[in-house]
Amino acid sequence: MGTQRFAHVTTRRGVLQGAAVLSAGAVALLAGQPATAAKMSKGGNSARDVSTLNTALALEHEGINAYTLGAQSNLLDKQVLTVAVKFQDDHKAHRDKLIQVIRMLGGTPVKEKSLAEYAKELDVARLKTQADVLDFAAGLEKGAVNAYLGIIPAFSDGQWAKLAGQLATDEREHFTVLTQALGRALPAPLGFGA
Amino acid sequence: MRGAKTLTALAVHSLLSATAHATDLHGDPLHGKAIYESRCMACHSLDRSRIGPAHRGVFGRHAARVADFDYSPALRSSSVIWNAHTLDRWLTNPEAFIPGQKMGFSVPDPRDRADVIAFLASPEAAN
Repeated sequence: MGTQRFAHVTTRRGVLQGAAVLSAGAVALLAGQPATAAKMSKGGNSARDVSTLNTALALEHEGINAYTLGAQSNLLDKQVLTVAVKFQDDHKAHRDKLIQVIRMLGGTPVKEKSLAEYAKELDVARLKTQADVLDFAAGLEKGAVNAYLGIIPAFSDGQWAKLAGQLATDEREHFTVLTQALGRALPAPLGFGA
Repeated sequence: MRGAKTLTALAVHSLLSATAHATDLHGDPLHGKAIYESRCMACHSLDRSRIGPAHRGVFGRHAARVADFDYSPALRSSSVIWNAHTLDRWLTNPEAFIPGQKMGFSVPDPRDRADVIAFLASPEAAN
């Protein structure tokens, strides 16, 4: 089942929370000047970027709820559950960062749906075993990597393209761990976004 | 001088490639399904609306007609009917095709677009 491999994941760095250098816009936001922060976004089309960032936020809301549904399934053993909670925490960090940026740009963050809505949309009733849950999670993480790579060209401001790259990196890490837990081969190089 | 000619030829080739249309190509629905599953399914599925609307029966349908999905005003007010030509334009650059829509994702490669469109038009994705 690969539980041991899954459980031996080391704690990863807080990519989005730790040593990131604050942009001028972020400094303005922290200073309580969101309008100024929005103007400091490096030109471009902020409204368009907000729309694309909201797509990313919708994905993170879905990911957070998917892990909740997986945890509530009672199909995961304790070690697997520990790592699943860790991954969910990563998605929560992504969510918080995206909400911060969207607000800084003057946008309105897309709202989270109810857990029941996510359960229906993701058809979680089909999950019957721990392997089903891991496969389900791996599929969502793989989709998220491809989605983030796919939206990079849509940004008018390179700093949000970079953020999408950071998100993709984290999702790829989740996908790799889940793939190993399922005992599957790793994907070929350049396989994502292709 | 020779280098300049080579660069010009490359530039012309790049321009021609960039303006290629998926409608010029015969799509492979099997490969299109694989692309759909690896890329589109991050936000879509055939039967359930999620981040994006459900896709079953999209080929030949009027835009913004999935009942349970919250479309952008731009898409709701469009008169587009999804066919090989409109899907090609949409997947090439959604915002250029229908400004104000919500999808930030595109499929730059004409071959990939043709294959995805062939899958969406196939019996497997039909109503």
